[in-house]
Amino acid sequence: MGLLSKKDSILLTDPLADNNPITIQVLGICSALAITAELKASIVMSISVLFVLGLGNVVISLMRNIIPSKIRIIVQLIVVATLVIIVDLVLKAFAYELSKTLSVFVGLIITNCIIMGRFEAFALANGPWRSFLDGIGNAVGYGVILIAVGFFRELLGSGTLLGFKVLGDPIEKTGLYALGYENNGFMLLSPMALIVVGIIIWIQRSRNTALIEEN
Amino acid sequence: MSKRTDSNGYTMIFAVIMVLVVGSLLAFLASSLKPTIQENERIEKQQNILYAMGVNENDGSNANFVSTKVAGAEFTKYVKEQLVLVVEGDKVVQQQNRAEYMAANNNREPYLIDVKKQQTNAKEGKVRKLPLFIGEKDGKMFYVAPIRGKGLWDAIWGYISLDENMVVQGAYFDHKGETPGLGANIKQRYFMDDFIGEHLISESGKFKGVTVAKGNNDPKNEDKTDYEVDAIAGATITGDGVSAMIKKDLALYMPYFKNLKK
Repeated sequence: MGLLSKKDSILLTDPLADNNPITIQVLGICSALAITAELKASIVMSISVLFVLGLGNVVISLMRNIIPSKIRIIVQLIVVATLVIIVDLVLKAFAYELSKTLSVFVGLIITNCIIMGRFEAFALANGPWRSFLDGIGNAVGYGVILIAVGFFRELLGSGTLLGFKVLGDPIEKTGLYALGYENNGFMLLSPMALIVVGIIIWIQRSRNTALIEEN
Repeated sequence: MSKRTDSNGYTMIFAVIMVLVVGSLLAFLASSLKPTIQENERIEKQQNILYAMGVNENDGSNANFVSTKVAGAEFTKYVKEQLVLVVEGDKVVQQQNRAEYMAANNNREPYLIDVKKQQTNAKEGKVRKLPLFIGEKDGKMFYVAPIRGKGLWDAIWGYISLDENMVVQGAYFDHKGETPGLGANIKQRYFMDDFIGEHLISESGKFKGVTVAKGNNDPKNEDKTDYEVDAIAGATITGDGVSAMIKKDLALYMPYFKNLKK
């Protein structure tokens, strides 16, 4: 690979599957449950985390030699909260519609365990470029799962994708609904997100048995 | 061997400098972006009012506002009058037109009245200012009133447009942080459109409002005089919040509409 060394490209690709923050590290589960009832919300949240984690990792990495170890968690929290507030303010000023779509998600980013996890586990010990790649890799790994969960929950729960009625109209009884299909309201509730994530974890580990932990 | 960054003195100085830098950065950004954000909020209020009276760019099943560029011009074109009803308890003690209100409030437009603040005033026993926007479209009059209440997680609000008989002509709902796919669907067009044609006043002349009802027998909402619209599955508390804010806030406009018919 021209631009990236082998070690660097592993930072980008590993979190997509074999070291996925949600399915392997079991981080960021809360937001995966909270906002995946719609595909659009999943996509928007993924992009927001991509920005905050990529930039946050670089900032923490640049400050890694001057952060006092006693207050490092608070410093990490301040960095992520500051970035989130900046994103929120800039969106409200220059992309008002998008900021309204994001609304509650922006605040949720602060509580995302993946961000604090990557700051603590990677950015505090590595240079800015590698930290940036690690941030992007983990955010994309998180996003892939979020979007997959959002896809199935919206499709099976509402019969729509990104708001478009792909299975027909449930009230007018057209498309699949004419054949007696009903939307599964359970899919819209948070517990079903946990079950969908569980199924993804199951499929992933059955395809790659090396991922199964020893008892 | 302990590092320099482990000492108490260093930690204190680092914390102070970090707080100062972050605080200054955020304060600078917030104050410099404030005018742009306020302008966006102002345009949004105009778009909300226009949406409720049917001036929008809805396509298919999607709800769309008129564009921000034309919102100001469209607002001036369609909204003919902005009234402010000054209410004490449940009695209208004064009625101000736009010019009177602006003269008494530093040239501030009535549509910028903070509904939340007025609700607090009412709770504290002070007078409450109720804005009412009178619009005309295709020769038909629309009376648009703002409403505000509580959803499951946070505030919900909206605008309802009525005709002279308090029959709903249009509705716009919004929320601060309802659950996507569930309570957040009050902002979806299929839910907002359900309110069109609903009656708010019973045949005996009593204010009834509209209830967001679970499991009713009219999912297509064909009966517009049953004072009910179909609820969103899994969003009971948000739906109850919508019913409550319609009943609570629109009932205050009853005296105005009674006078209108005299």
